[in-house]
Parts: sequence; C-alpha cells; structure tokens
Amino acid sequence: MIEVAHLSKRYGDVSAVQDVSFVAKPGEPLGFLGQNGAGKTTTMRVITGFMPASSGTVRVCGFDVFEQSAEVRRRIGYLPENPPLYNDMTVVPYLRFVAKLKGLSRGDTEAAIDRVLATCALGGVSSRLLGHLSKGYRQRVGLAQAMIHDPEVLILDEPTIGLDPTQREEILNVIKGTGKTRTIVLSTHILPDVLEVCAKVVIINEGRVVVEDQLANLTRDGRDLRAVFTAAIAAGHHHAAAGADA
Amino acid sequence: MRNVATIAGREIRSYFSSPVAYVLLAVFLALAGYFFYALLSAFNQSLQIYSMMRNPEMLQRFNLNEMVVRPLLHNMSVLLIFIIPAITMRMFPEEKRAGTYELLLTSPVRVSEIVLGKFLGGFVLVLLMIALSGFFGLLLLMYGNPEIPMMLAGYLGLLLMAMVFLALGTLISSFTDNVVIAYVGTLFALLVLYTVGWLGETVPGTAGAFIRYVSITDHFQEVLKGIIDTKDLVYFATLLVVGLFLTQRSVESVRWR
Repeated sequence: MIEVAHLSKRYGDVSAVQDVSFVAKPGEPLGFLGQNGAGKTTTMRVITGFMPASSGTVRVCGFDVFEQSAEVRRRIGYLPENPPLYNDMTVVPYLRFVAKLKGLSRGDTEAAIDRVLATCALGGVSSRLLGHLSKGYRQRVGLAQAMIHDPEVLILDEPTIGLDPTQREEILNVIKGTGKTRTIVLSTHILPDVLEVCAKVVIINEGRVVVEDQLANLTRDGRDLRAVFTAAIAAGHHHAAAGADA
Repeated sequence: MRNVATIAGREIRSYFSSPVAYVLLAVFLALAGYFFYALLSAFNQSLQIYSMMRNPEMLQRFNLNEMVVRPLLHNMSVLLIFIIPAITMRMFPEEKRAGTYELLLTSPVRVSEIVLGKFLGGFVLVLLMIALSGFFGLLLLMYGNPEIPMMLAGYLGLLLMAMVFLALGTLISSFTDNVVIAYVGTLFALLVLYTVGWLGETVPGTAGAFIRYVSITDHFQEVLKGIIDTKDLVYFATLLVVGLFLTQRSVESVRWR
C-alpha cells in the first residue's frame, strides 16, 4: 500500500512535482504515466526515500517515508531508470550483495537468488559479468535485485525501456505475476505496458496529477488509452477535476 | 556491523577484480623498494668510509633507525599522499555514475554504515600495502639490528596517517560524481595538510602554534621518533572521526536537498 498525499518537490526554484496525491493498493498494479520530464522519476525517488519531499507526505505500508525511512526501505524494491548494477561483478555475487543489503539472512539468501534467477529467466547468464550483459539482461537483473527480498512494494521506473518485444513480454509477465499480491507502481510512457499489466492509472503532466482512475473506467466504451492520455496532457490540469470524477 | 562488512567486502572485491589494486600495490612497493635501496646504499657507503677512517666514535653514532628506517617511513608517507587519493577517488563518484548510489540509499542500510564500509574497504588495501612494505623492515632485522620498538612506532605512525588520509579522501569523494575532481581535490587537501606546518615556523603567536598543531607532519615526526604521546593520538583520531562524520553528513545531505 502506498499513499501519496499532496506531495511537492522543488529543486531550487524549479518545481518538479506539485501537489501529487494518489493511492496504490496491493493486487492493483498502478501505471504511472507521463511524458519525459513530467515528474515521474522524482515522485518515485521520494516514495523510495532516496530524496525527501519539499512538502506533503508519503506512506508505504503505513510507514512515513521520511520519519520511518528504515521501515519503508525494508519493504520496498526499487528498479531505478538505470538498473543499479556494478559492472565489475557477476550476476550471482551481485544478487548476493543486494540480498545482504536488504537484510536477508544467510540461509534465505541462496533460495532468494534461485527464486529471482528463475522468475527473471537469468539462469543462462548467472556467471556473466554485469558489464557484459545486453540491455535486456541488465534490465532483468535490475528487476531481480528489486525483487530479491520479496518486497511488499515494488517501484519500477520504466522497466521495459529499450527491450525487444520478447524481453518486454517476459518482464511484463513477471510484473503481472508479482502484482497479484504486491503493490506495484510502474512508471512508463509506453501505454501498451499499462494496458497489459495495470489495474489503475495515474497520469501526471508538468508535475501535476491530471488523471487518477481505474484502467477499466478509462477504457470503458472502447475508449483508447492513448486518446485519454493525449487529451489529459493537452487539457493540462483543467482536466484534473474531470479525471478525478470519472 | 554486518552491513559495514557487506559494503567493505564489495569495495575490496572491486579493487581486486580490476587492475587498480595491483597497479597501486606495485607502484607503491616499487617506489618504496627503490627508496629503501637508495637509503641503505647511502648508509653502507658512509659506514665504509667511517670504518676506513677508523673513527669508532663516529661509528657509534651510526644508527640504522635514524638513517634508514625513519627516512624510509617518511618517504612512504609522501607516497601515500599520491596513492591514497587514487584509492578513494572512486568510492562515491562511481556509485553515482552507475546508479548504484540509489540502490545503496534506498536499502535498509544506515548512511554511517555505507561510509564506514567504504572507508574500511580502502583501509584493507592500504593495510596490505603497508604490511607488504614491512618486508623491508624484516630485511633490516635479518641483517642488522634496528630498534624494534622504534620501528613499530614508525609503522604505527604511518598507519595512523594513512587512516587520516583515507578519511579525508572518502569525504572529498562524497562531494562529487567525477573521479578526476575527487583525485585532485584530495591530493590538494593532503598536500596542504602535509605542508601547512612550514608556515608554523614563521607565523608568530597563537596562529603559528595553531598551524603547527594542525600540520600532520609534526605529529607524524613525533611518532616516528618513537614517542607515542596521547596528544598526537588524539590529533589523528580527531581528524579521522571528523572526516568520517562529515562524510556521513555529506552523503545524507542528498536527503535534505
């Protein structure tokens, strides 16, 4: 469960995110949509506790990300835009390192590594150097590290970017499977990803939420998500009220 | 503590999985070996000259510690000024570049654990460096009779100095995402710390006394002489703790911006 309330983030005079509020629930993967520079990454970085909000609050599993940061970080798996890989490590030692960082016991670690190697289909490259992996595999290792401690909340920043159709399909399947029981926020500007795995959609434009609704509502009567997205962006925040009502 | 070990372990592994550690070790030991050889040759030559002159009084004053061990440790401390920034320069910039900084800071790990882990990782490499240079000391023990306590004190001094250098390097590397800036910035800071004492001789009054206190060389000289005084230990410990504490603040400041 993620509750974002009136979140604003300024970098100096520049306002990256303004008054963003939304809720993401377990079993209801949330697609966080917006153009490049709309404030998606900033929002995710605040949710994960990487940086603080200028104002507003974020609660993850009931814990405040600022006040109870350690509790939140224990429960979150995060795949940043660039998978956080050490290029001089091979896959398994890297995953072991992340597992230790996340606080897994020695006994649980090996089982967790086997689990994510299987779910992310990394068996074939488990002894390769991360620096030598292709973009698709790097992304999968990134996903594997985010899931190593089987977190209650997964924050994925553009997980399918730069992947070929097969790799994309595989990653989306993993997300779909995990999303049944876990809270997932999936940031992307690739609309078909959202159609495929998400139950809920939040559209953000120039730092403000312009749409927050169930995917089913948005695409009712055969409406196209692309049209919804374009209209929401074009209407800017005038649309916000209408979006919330829908 | 487990987290510190985890981070230090990865740090050490990364030094040794690239040529970095080997190159640094080789450069340090090659130069230290050269210094050792040069000092020893000079010592031998003087010894021979005075033996030929049959001047037992002068020979009495010949001291392996003063003529070989102490200058050698001194030269090694100068080497560390150049070597240690190369160890610390990657600590934070590389994490920032690779995006692994986000992994570290969003994991349930304290910032102080990250900083200590990085410091310890670098320390293990420096410790190995200094320990291997102990070979020169062993040679002296086998073929001469240096004063062992004095030699050990000297090595302790070198180690303390290295720790201070490492802490400052860790701090400066946390300021930037650029390895060149981290290297040059640290080199600058270490050179200033090392040479500021030169001013202490000419600046009068309390300012001069303060400069002499701040200068790491004066404290190092004391320990090299075999005098392990609390005031010097306090000096080294203070710089070490302050350096690491400021690093912790600097890393944490990402969260306040």
